[in-house]
Amino acid sequence: MSSTVTLERPLQVSIWRGGDDGRLVQYEIETRENQTVLDVVTEIQRRLEPSLAYRFACRVGVCGSCAMTVNGRPRWTCRTHVKNVVEDHALTIEPLRNLPKIKDLVCDLAPFIDTFKRAGAPFSGSNTRHEKPAAVKPDSPLRVAADAALQCINCAVCYSACDVVSWNPDYIGPAGLNRAWTLVNDVRHNRREQTFKMAFGEGGCGSCHSHGNCTRHCPVELRPSESIAGLKRAAFSGLPTE
Amino acid sequence: MEKHLYVAQRLTAIVLAPLVLIHLVLILYAIEGGLSAGEILGRTRGHLGWAAFYSLFVITAALHAPIGLRNVIVEWTRLPRRWIDALAVTLGCVLLVLGLRAVVAIY
Repeated sequence: MSSTVTLERPLQVSIWRGGDDGRLVQYEIETRENQTVLDVVTEIQRRLEPSLAYRFACRVGVCGSCAMTVNGRPRWTCRTHVKNVVEDHALTIEPLRNLPKIKDLVCDLAPFIDTFKRAGAPFSGSNTRHEKPAAVKPDSPLRVAADAALQCINCAVCYSACDVVSWNPDYIGPAGLNRAWTLVNDVRHNRREQTFKMAFGEGGCGSCHSHGNCTRHCPVELRPSESIAGLKRAAFSGLPTE
Repeated sequence: MEKHLYVAQRLTAIVLAPLVLIHLVLILYAIEGGLSAGEILGRTRGHLGWAAFYSLFVITAALHAPIGLRNVIVEWTRLPRRWIDALAVTLGCVLLVLGLRAVVAIY
């Protein structure tokens, strides 16, 4: 848990260096009044360790590419203030869990992206540009259900937080299933039945233990647990209808 | 397949919940006056109600348990799915045969 930060005391930062067979390396930097974990990583790279590899793009919580494991929890480092997560003036920063490590804080997202395909996620529309766009009422039950799950930006924080993914590599995981739920509720998607079947296939939503780590850690406060519960309910009630 | 197994496991759980409770209460009640084969048979012999109760119990348990065990083995081991499925079906058959044999024996 967080503890008080004193500017006089330096910050002790342990950062994962190397690939899967790497190790934690200690760094010491100045404690500042206002600093995010991404600021810390950037400062270490600029001043102490130019070969340190990490990912970031927007720095303001839009792109999701700076997700890392900070003191054991997956987070967007650009939206995580040091003072909220530091423990006894120390931070441990590692790449996201459940994904192959490439170098230092960079992990290979390919297995995560594959989960979307395995969940039957590519959208498939049948209308052409010559037809009118489908009219989807904002307050229709399907749209409301899809809306609640729609804002995922594929940052892989939920995938990293999921304990089932950690012991069952066949499990699609929360993000893919959450995406499948939005498509199962999308009247324009002409493969709703197939998407549902794939989301309920081997390693699909039936493998979820409802731990809720995905929902607890999602930086945009989505609730993948509810999407997965929706898919499970549909096993009894059939696909949602208007 | 996974969807059907998921639904079957939940539905059998709904049936099993009251059956297990009744079974447990019955055990507590039955052993109060001492437990003997004669006493059990005296209650179950020729009683169609108990035969039906335990037949339903055996059938739902023979469906429910192998599905759950299959899920556990799939998660805990890297065994080929076909082996796990065969193991689960075998367990279901064993439970069904032994259970129904016991029901017939006490009827």
